[in-house]
Amino acid sequence: MLSASPRPWQHEFNPCIQCGICGGSCPLGHVMDHTPRRVIHLAKEGLLDEVLRTTTPWLCVSCYTCAARCPSGLKITDLLFPALRDAALTAGLQPPSEVKRALDNTYRYGNPFGEGPRKRLEWAKGAGVSVPVISQVKRRVDVLWIVECYPAYHPRNQRQAQAMARLFHALGVDFAVLGPEEHCIGDCERLAGEHGLFESLVEYNAGLLERYEYGEIVTSDPHAMNSLKRVYPAMGHRYPTVHYVEYLARHLETLRPLLRRPLRARVTYHDNCCLGRACGIYEAPRDLLRAIPGVALVEMPFTRETSLCCGGGGAGMWLDTTIWQAAHERLSDRRIAHALATGADILAVSCPFETSRFEDALKSTGNDGRLVVRDILELLDESVAARSEVQA
Amino acid sequence: MKIAVLLTMVPDLVEELEIDPSGTALDTQWLRYVLSESDDHALEQALLLKDRHSASVTALALDYGDAEQALFTALAKGADAAIKIAPVPPGGPNRRGAAALFAEVLRRQPADLILTGVQATNDLDGHLPGLLGGLLDLRYVGVTRSVEASADGGLVVQKEYPGGVAAEISLPTPAVIGVISAPQPPRYVPVARIREVTKTRMVGVEAAIAVDPQPAAVIRRLYKPEPAGHATMLTGPPEQMAQELAAILEGRGLLR
Amino acid sequence: MNTPSQDVWVYVEHPNGVVAPHTYELLGKGRDLAQALGGRLVAVLLGHDVASLAQTLGTADLVLSVDHQRLASFTPDAHARTVRALGESAMPRLLLCGATSAGIDLASLLSALVPVPMVVNVRAIEVEGGRVITTSQLCGGKLLCEMELTGCTVLTVLAGAFPAEAGFATRGAPVESMAAPAALDQAPVHVLRLIEPAGEDVDITRVSILIAVGRGIQRKENLQLAEELAGLLAGAVCASRPVIDQGWLPLSRQVGKSGMVVKPALYLALGISGAPEHLEGMRNAELIVAVNTDAGAPIFNVAHYGVVGDMFEVIPALMAQLRERKAA
Repeated sequence: MLSASPRPWQHEFNPCIQCGICGGSCPLGHVMDHTPRRVIHLAKEGLLDEVLRTTTPWLCVSCYTCAARCPSGLKITDLLFPALRDAALTAGLQPPSEVKRALDNTYRYGNPFGEGPRKRLEWAKGAGVSVPVISQVKRRVDVLWIVECYPAYHPRNQRQAQAMARLFHALGVDFAVLGPEEHCIGDCERLAGEHGLFESLVEYNAGLLERYEYGEIVTSDPHAMNSLKRVYPAMGHRYPTVHYVEYLARHLETLRPLLRRPLRARVTYHDNCCLGRACGIYEAPRDLLRAIPGVALVEMPFTRETSLCCGGGGAGMWLDTTIWQAAHERLSDRRIAHALATGADILAVSCPFETSRFEDALKSTGNDGRLVVRDILELLDESVAARSEVQA
Repeated sequence: MKIAVLLTMVPDLVEELEIDPSGTALDTQWLRYVLSESDDHALEQALLLKDRHSASVTALALDYGDAEQALFTALAKGADAAIKIAPVPPGGPNRRGAAALFAEVLRRQPADLILTGVQATNDLDGHLPGLLGGLLDLRYVGVTRSVEASADGGLVVQKEYPGGVAAEISLPTPAVIGVISAPQPPRYVPVARIREVTKTRMVGVEAAIAVDPQPAAVIRRLYKPEPAGHATMLTGPPEQMAQELAAILEGRGLLR
Repeated sequence: MNTPSQDVWVYVEHPNGVVAPHTYELLGKGRDLAQALGGRLVAVLLGHDVASLAQTLGTADLVLSVDHQRLASFTPDAHARTVRALGESAMPRLLLCGATSAGIDLASLLSALVPVPMVVNVRAIEVEGGRVITTSQLCGGKLLCEMELTGCTVLTVLAGAFPAEAGFATRGAPVESMAAPAALDQAPVHVLRLIEPAGEDVDITRVSILIAVGRGIQRKENLQLAEELAGLLAGAVCASRPVIDQGWLPLSRQVGKSGMVVKPALYLALGISGAPEHLEGMRNAELIVAVNTDAGAPIFNVAHYGVVGDMFEVIPALMAQLRERKAA
């Protein structure tokens, strides 16, 4: 008996009417041995072992499509799959090795890359502007910017962090970062089923944030926002948090006159899951893009609530091989086709996972060069500064 | 079967290593320690034996550099007991000194099987399991990729050689085995379990009894090799670059 | 009490009945050291029916040989205790062993049994005015340590540290046959059998030379080039994720964040650009050589040597060179 789980999460799913909308909507439902609907049914019947022995627990990318559509309002994404994964780990079943490495690294170093904490501010060296660290600034700041792990450590995403820093300066924002003290907010670790690791991250981050004075938290990572806004409060930690698209859209009238250099491109925007379905933010990113002179915004098929996940969420970044083995396609490959169909020159994104996933998808599908992938930050930054070439 | 697993903490290479002002040791200011990778495998090998033969597993470590954390993790993974050997200078003794301290405790608390990683990244004056085999006058085999208990109460191990070749070796207990890898990767243990164990279990303490140090080689200089931020680029037509490359490979002893 | 002589001993490894190339490296260096110290170079040959091997050990002044059935297959106990017995009357100034599976077991056990100090992972040895100075590699090569040896010391030496040619000889050396220690007959450690690797399944994390192919290989048929090169170097072929996705190689050969993490002695990357996800899987390899047509490929930031060129020109030329050198 594997699933002697002490957690009574099964009862949360009593209202399930077994309609099947979750499995029908799930982008990977067709390759799961058991769809979410079946899993809920099996859980209630005490037959969870059947699910734990399959790869099903590890095929969820936390896109929130099922949760957004469930007529009973069940928290399938936030409760069901993390609970399955937790049950698997507690029963001694081994997670895919990539997930194991990411979790081990986060536990030890506070980031899934296993990079040294002291290197968390390396990206700032290439920003061209100063990046104050709140522990050194030693006073209240208006904005505490939580950079998060991918923008800090991943070479492709560091350019986005650098763009954000320059934008803050251009807007005259009084901001600071946490620097080497920063640890992962833990959204993906939570969704990966490691509730113990998530709890220890919450404890650490709460202790850290309590030490400083700031007006609000701005983060460049939708996943960090997802947990800070929707999960940390339930654990007793409430912080005023916005994603950068909300912050910049709020200050659009100050930003707009700075957007001098026209971009002259057809741009299409991919709604990511955490900003979109999880938090309902669809207009702010579009407002920002429309503010850039020369941008013609075109919409892909499946936007806003119906957007198709890039496949990176909820430990998806650490499940590439597992999902590939089951599905023989990547969700990002499927989605890039939608972007290409618009004839756009630029695919704009606002989640750090997406940049490399979509750039990779262009190569894998043989479409390299047909469009470029840019974070909204990079596009705004380009328009603000007199920059020569769009960096390939 | 009573199994003792010896855990060694080694410098974590994720951060930059700095040399201290004396030039003969590491600067400990930013130094963090991590469990030696092959000890993680030794622990896994011990737990596999426990799963199969209901052996008892005790994890031991010299008390420096986050050793307690490693011991609690061992308990969380399924070790029956954990012991730290104290007091020990920060940064720990050299390998010979470590072997002597472990040997003292193991004489007082003998085990049928002593498992530890066959080598650690900062080995300089020896490798722990071989040294222990000599100090305790026990049978020893190292570089094992599998350890099995045999019907007669002894062991059958696979000693690894290059090219995936292995020698199957039988030996009686008590014995010391130097593990290079366990038959399966070290198991994951949920953080919740580690936290639970840290609150509910105890790590035992054994006295570190110093012995007269043997004459040893003297460290003249500890230093970092020249860093290379970028590859040395070979130039010229393909034939010329191929020739240079072949010479490099040969010079490194890679041509067999 | 052992009074050290100024002799240099080299422990001879002979898997498959042939003296290991690494032993020749030690003999070559040992020759220079013995000369500088004013002692003899002695080859220590333990085994069964291995008299003929002495014919190739002429670089040494003397072969100390122990022939016993229980020494035929290597076990640390039998070999270490036999070497200890040989050193009963006079331990050498230096005992050189390879930092190999057999060498590290022998050296560690012997070092504690005699007892005698030991230094591991040596890549340089010099004699300065009668003193012996060694340089060891630690922490995956991130640190080097210079030691001054005091009296008799056992060393384990990294493969490739010294040239093997310096140790070759066409003549033999005089052989002194010594008796095995009496206890050997009752030694309780037995080699039951040798296990050869299964043909199909290669564990790339245990292979010391990897030829890695990326998108640049273009077609499945071109894998043959990599296979040939791997064969020449006794290595294995592995790949970055896009190649595995195509199904050209099994999942067990995937290197990277979502595949295996490898630390081979040589990682030769062909047509791999060096995306962060791939680098995660191989950046701690001891020697990284990259071949790519793109001079700006990120792989060149982690490689030790880089070749900007077409792999379909460079690799055939490299293979021709390697065949020539192996034949020599």
